[in-house]
Amino acid sequence: MSLRSLNIPVIDFVGKRKFAMIFSAVLLVLSITSIGFQGLKFGIDFTGGTLIELGYENTADLEDIRSKLSEGDFKGTNVQYFGSDTEVLIQLEPQEVSSAKLSSSIIRMLGDGIDIRRVEFVGPKVGEELTNDGGLAMLYALIGILIYVAFRFEYRFALGSIAALVHDVIITLGVFSILQIEFDLTVLAAILAVIGYSLNDTIVVFDRIRENFLSTRQVEVEPIINEALNQTLSRTLMTSLTTLLVLLALFYLGGEVIHSFAGALLIGVIVGTYSSIYVASSMILALGISKEDMLPSEKEKKEIDARP
Amino acid sequence: MNHYAGWKNALIVFFLFISSLYALPNLYGSDLAIQISGTGEYEVFEKDLNSIDEALKTNNINFKSVDFDNKNVLIRFSDSQSQLTSKTILKDLLGRNYVVALNLAPSIPQWLSSIGGKAMSLGLDLRGGVHFLLEVDMNAVTAMALDRYYNELRAALRKDKLYKKIRKEDNNLVVSFKTEQLKNEAKKLIKKDLPELIILDGSETSLEFKLQISPFATADAKVNALQQNISTLRNRVNELGVAEPIIQQQGTERIVVQLPGVQDTARAKEILGSVATVEFRLVDEKNDVQTAVRSGKIPAGSKLYKFKTGLPLLLKTSVIATGENIVDASSSVDQDNQPSVSIVLDSAGGRTMLETTKEFIGYRMAVVFIENQVETVIENGNTVKKRSKTEDIINAATIQGTFSNRFQITGLDSSREARNLALLLRAGSLSAPIEIIEERTIGPSLGADNIQKGLISVLVGFALVLVFMAWRYRVFGLIANLALTINLVTIVSILSMIQATLTLPGIAGIVLTVGMAVDANVLIFERIKEELKSSKNIQKAISAGYEKALLTIADANITTLIASIVLFSFGTGAIKGFAVTLTIGIITSMFTAIIVSRAVINIIYGGKKIEELAI
Repeated sequence: MSLRSLNIPVIDFVGKRKFAMIFSAVLLVLSITSIGFQGLKFGIDFTGGTLIELGYENTADLEDIRSKLSEGDFKGTNVQYFGSDTEVLIQLEPQEVSSAKLSSSIIRMLGDGIDIRRVEFVGPKVGEELTNDGGLAMLYALIGILIYVAFRFEYRFALGSIAALVHDVIITLGVFSILQIEFDLTVLAAILAVIGYSLNDTIVVFDRIRENFLSTRQVEVEPIINEALNQTLSRTLMTSLTTLLVLLALFYLGGEVIHSFAGALLIGVIVGTYSSIYVASSMILALGISKEDMLPSEKEKKEIDARP
Repeated sequence: MNHYAGWKNALIVFFLFISSLYALPNLYGSDLAIQISGTGEYEVFEKDLNSIDEALKTNNINFKSVDFDNKNVLIRFSDSQSQLTSKTILKDLLGRNYVVALNLAPSIPQWLSSIGGKAMSLGLDLRGGVHFLLEVDMNAVTAMALDRYYNELRAALRKDKLYKKIRKEDNNLVVSFKTEQLKNEAKKLIKKDLPELIILDGSETSLEFKLQISPFATADAKVNALQQNISTLRNRVNELGVAEPIIQQQGTERIVVQLPGVQDTARAKEILGSVATVEFRLVDEKNDVQTAVRSGKIPAGSKLYKFKTGLPLLLKTSVIATGENIVDASSSVDQDNQPSVSIVLDSAGGRTMLETTKEFIGYRMAVVFIENQVETVIENGNTVKKRSKTEDIINAATIQGTFSNRFQITGLDSSREARNLALLLRAGSLSAPIEIIEERTIGPSLGADNIQKGLISVLVGFALVLVFMAWRYRVFGLIANLALTINLVTIVSILSMIQATLTLPGIAGIVLTVGMAVDANVLIFERIKEELKSSKNIQKAISAGYEKALLTIADANITTLIASIVLFSFGTGAIKGFAVTLTIGIITSMFTAIIVSRAVINIIYGGKKIEELAI
């Protein structure tokens, strides 16, 4: 009994790639439209500004806080409950005279006996730098990965994996834009982690595709890819499930500070799992991968033949 | 088949032993403590222990222990009341030369700490504290340098009335002359006395030339400004009484200040921003200081000052020069190889200094360090800014000859003292303006919340994965769980060993690693399952499963590693913490999931005749 006869593809992933492509295209268009028109709700890490988290003993009176703040003539204040109604988050846009002293004066204005849980002040210049550095970091990560995959596999695989990555990142950003969830520094970290994770998944599938290309006599590409997808399916799902389990734990139990971080990863892992099955392999198929591409080159062959 | 050599197993056991050993310190709690350390030239000596011990005993304070270690004194307490009372007592006892700071001291047993066992160091978001990013205004630094050379140049050329006019133009100085001869004389003088200025030759016929501050001198001024501010900040942080503060240069014009445990950020901000200076005054040699102290009558024209040690001295009220006049100070040795501090005053300071020293050779001149502090206090329900001024004599030395803007302070005990004095003078002098450009404060309640929430999510996530793996892969799942547990212990031990700072995103990184670490085992086990379908040889299936999955695991992990290394190098606080744990987690998970799990499988199944695998 051969391995091949036992592993008849159960699900025809490749055959359904048209639907997947339409699905992906819709998600991408939605995401890009939202990012383009609505934009991301950047946190103060990127925009600059002041953030104060206060803890009250009893339910906090938001109206009272707002009226006290309005006396102080501050621009663009936002007061809301944070996690529970005894905790209050005050956010201020960068003011004309933006300084770290602002938070002290606000705290003094609101009175004594309040637990100061968190104060963050980011100068406008720092925010701008972070935005640039963040964009660069993402670019460097993509380039580094592109080089590695091209080196280990073949350029079509590199393009396929990058396509899947860009797909995942755009959709994750899209969800943040559509739902207007605050995008802060931890979310950026999460997105970079999504890049790593999504790639991990894609590489496993690619590895199997390459292995199958080399071990089979079959020339047709589609069945080979489909078989690889089926062979790695249970692994893909298992790993995604364990990762999702811990992320759910983080999302529900990790507290407000890493809530959006866990949220970004949850979205990213789900999209990443989908894309490693549908997007990456569809890409290499569309780029016209063939069996010959995976065989050792003429030069390498000669070297192999020369061996005793 | 499926058998590890004895040395290989021994190596794994040794590795497990080491990582459990160094993860162990994290299980011990910590004691409330007070940490005493010296500032600058003051050090804590073992003999100080007795007086500390005595003071605490006479005040009936319960304390666990007093230890002397690495120039620090650590006193442990069992309740916070004793800790706080002791802080006040010890601050009064030791005075301002020592930093008395509240701290938490890990209660690790002696044998463990003697082999270097340390608990993980917690970031500000977990222990509470303040993080400031300060920026030095470098434009002001270059402008100040230009001002300084403008004045120096004028003073240098004025002697022989060489120049007609000096003006500032962009970042250059332009000097004009009456005659060609004067111009050439001036050039010679500048080359000799002010080598920091580069002469940019104009046309031969023109009676003026441009001077540029050499790039070296400009860069030097910037580096000095940054260093001055850092040392000033360090002194100020010492005054705040903070245990384990971090004051670091970031880039070429920024300073990071991290103050763990400091809650009163308003006060911290005021102290970091306060202005300190020095004054040069003549010592009143005609009146006896002891008589003045005893009678309480201070002679007219004099004022009573004290050394840091408490020794009193009468100084003249008229000031020769102040810190405002100091443009540079550096430690060096004089002709007799004695340690000294070279001071450079601006032209105004230089002039008065020249006049004073001409008149008072043989007298002593004192250097007084003055610091203005602002404190916000609440009085009768109103917040009031309270300003206080401290004045200490840091040095009093005999004037041995006339001098003007460049002179040396001698009579110092050691080159170390000279270095410190120069540093203090620089620190107290024109430190360039600084601005707080980023502040992150985490209150103690949020810090405690973060630790608790982080811990719970790690434990719950971990438990969920354990259950899931055991259900899916049975015996092999249990083996993967063992590997995962070891992985967690290893991550903790490595973080403890390298003393990387653990932050909340760092914990998130650990949680994520837990989820992803099983991936390697999943890959292997799924492969073994496949192999079992095609072959009845169980031993071969295990071996082939590991072998075939290996390359995939390596490829997948290396790509994730690339992403996490980029994260690390991008590294601002929150992201760096995440990248560190993720990177460590990826590396350790490869080891535990591949090698450790294989070792266990080899021990259970290796070389035996097995009918069926529980996978």
